[in-house]
Amino acid sequence: MATAETLRTPAAGSNSVQAFDVDRVRADFPILKEHVHGKPLVYLDSGASAQKPTAVLDAMDAVYRHGYANVHRGAYYFSQHLTDRYEGVRATIATFLNAASDQEIVFTRSITEAINLVAHSYGNRLAAGDEVIISEMEHHANIVPWQLLRDRVGIDLKVAPIADDGSFRLDAYAALLTPKTRLVAITHTSNVLGTVTPLKEIIRLAHKAGARVLVDGAQSVVHGKVDVRDLDADFYAFTGHKLYGPTAIGALYGKAELLQDMPPFMGGGDMIRSVSFAGTSYADPPHRFEAGTPPIVEAIGLGAAIDYVNGIGQDAIAAHEAGLLAYATERLGQVEGLRIIGTAKEKASIVSFTLDGIHPHDIGTIVDREGVAIRVGHHCAQPLMQRFGLPATARASMGLYNTPQEIDVLAKALIKVQEIFG
Amino acid sequence: MQDVLRDLYQEVILDHGKHPRNLRHPAGANRSARGYNPLCGDQVTVYLEIDDRGRIRDVAFEGKGCAISVASASMMTEVLRGRTEVEARQLFDDFHRLCTETDFTLDQAATEDQEALERLQVLSGVRAFPVRVKCATLAWHAMTSALDGGGSATTE
Repeated sequence: MATAETLRTPAAGSNSVQAFDVDRVRADFPILKEHVHGKPLVYLDSGASAQKPTAVLDAMDAVYRHGYANVHRGAYYFSQHLTDRYEGVRATIATFLNAASDQEIVFTRSITEAINLVAHSYGNRLAAGDEVIISEMEHHANIVPWQLLRDRVGIDLKVAPIADDGSFRLDAYAALLTPKTRLVAITHTSNVLGTVTPLKEIIRLAHKAGARVLVDGAQSVVHGKVDVRDLDADFYAFTGHKLYGPTAIGALYGKAELLQDMPPFMGGGDMIRSVSFAGTSYADPPHRFEAGTPPIVEAIGLGAAIDYVNGIGQDAIAAHEAGLLAYATERLGQVEGLRIIGTAKEKASIVSFTLDGIHPHDIGTIVDREGVAIRVGHHCAQPLMQRFGLPATARASMGLYNTPQEIDVLAKALIKVQEIFG
Repeated sequence: MQDVLRDLYQEVILDHGKHPRNLRHPAGANRSARGYNPLCGDQVTVYLEIDDRGRIRDVAFEGKGCAISVASASMMTEVLRGRTEVEARQLFDDFHRLCTETDFTLDQAATEDQEALERLQVLSGVRAFPVRVKCATLAWHAMTSALDGGGSATTE
């Protein structure tokens, strides 16, 4: 169950848990009526990318059909109107994360871009011998940018180990913190194990050591309320496409005093105050970090997705997904030879597993013929796979539209896999 | 079971997948190369022992992977022994077409040894599963890379 303290904070205006009606929710997602290989689609890969509700599709379509223009440039109605809406989404995100101000929200195309932004604009000022700590269960997006920074400036990159059940080891992490630690870059929820990290404590310990903290929130904002001020996070990144919004839009939260002090990441239009060949002065945050024409319509789509999620209520979603996780853990656990990878107490609705003697790729191919979409492979977390001595896992990741019946379909499909392999 | 799945996971493939032949590191190997599929992280190392006359005296592999990639590597080691470098490459060309071209038939093959291709034909079920073609060809890519002088091959 997703029950870390920060995921439990009630959202104002949330619907009650009792009011959650999964059939009504499913009706909002047109794709769920599709069939694959003649079987109803069972979509259990929301951790990779979630499906989109009609509200998001309609909001984006309406912009293109009835009010499209570039933003921050035009003196005419459509440009000004869309600029207002685009900046309005920034405010929506600020409220969504409980940031102090919408000026702390930088639009990015992905979490990958957000992390690279911090690795450059914040990281480039670190010196040889400074330490950055990541964990063993990071996505490649939160590993490689720090290795590149190591190549650029000579930081020491340290890796906090995890326990065999996939839980974060606070004691081992605390032992890694030194006066040289400048930054901790850590996931809020593992995309492979589902582990919810004890983020508030991680951040408190980092701050005590004088380090800043960047959080990869890809798998967290989708499963429950995130409050960046309660967490006291310095940077927090999330992406829209896992939150039932479009691809190519996400956001980086950064504390105002940090962003104010950081140089640009990319140069171009929109991020300047004035340009001359003698020199250029840059815009204030957040626009300083938003070079070029942004993904405008995608931002409108993300705003619609957040409105949609708020309308259902993050508490209601968290409760529904906790029920799914409990059911999936028990139901899949009954499949002979199935081993769940990641059994931490604090977990989001992500279940990675292996089947004795059968490679995850073969599992993925066979369950696909039953209409079941799951992720198989290394999940962009190869060091974590190595940690568990596995080449790959199969992963079912559940979202607000999934049902226990769909878990049954998966479980039965897994039996078919075993029948084929005899 | 659905026909496409039955075509893909034929008994012969499941048998080679579970009990791969020539899964070892031959002491006399004088060429080797690693094959890597970045999509799934599967790795295979192919070892060749080429004799003075340029023939493959021994061929074996090590690695882990899905049923398709292990079966394909295993079957490859069975059909390559005794072949020249040119014959081995030719066989891979034909095998690749077998795995990707729906209208490819054995009489279009460049390889003269039809029997070897007939044995490999059980893997042609991957045609219906484009993402799995890389699994079926991984060891073969590594093999040609070993012939080229070693290093590593990826399926990308």
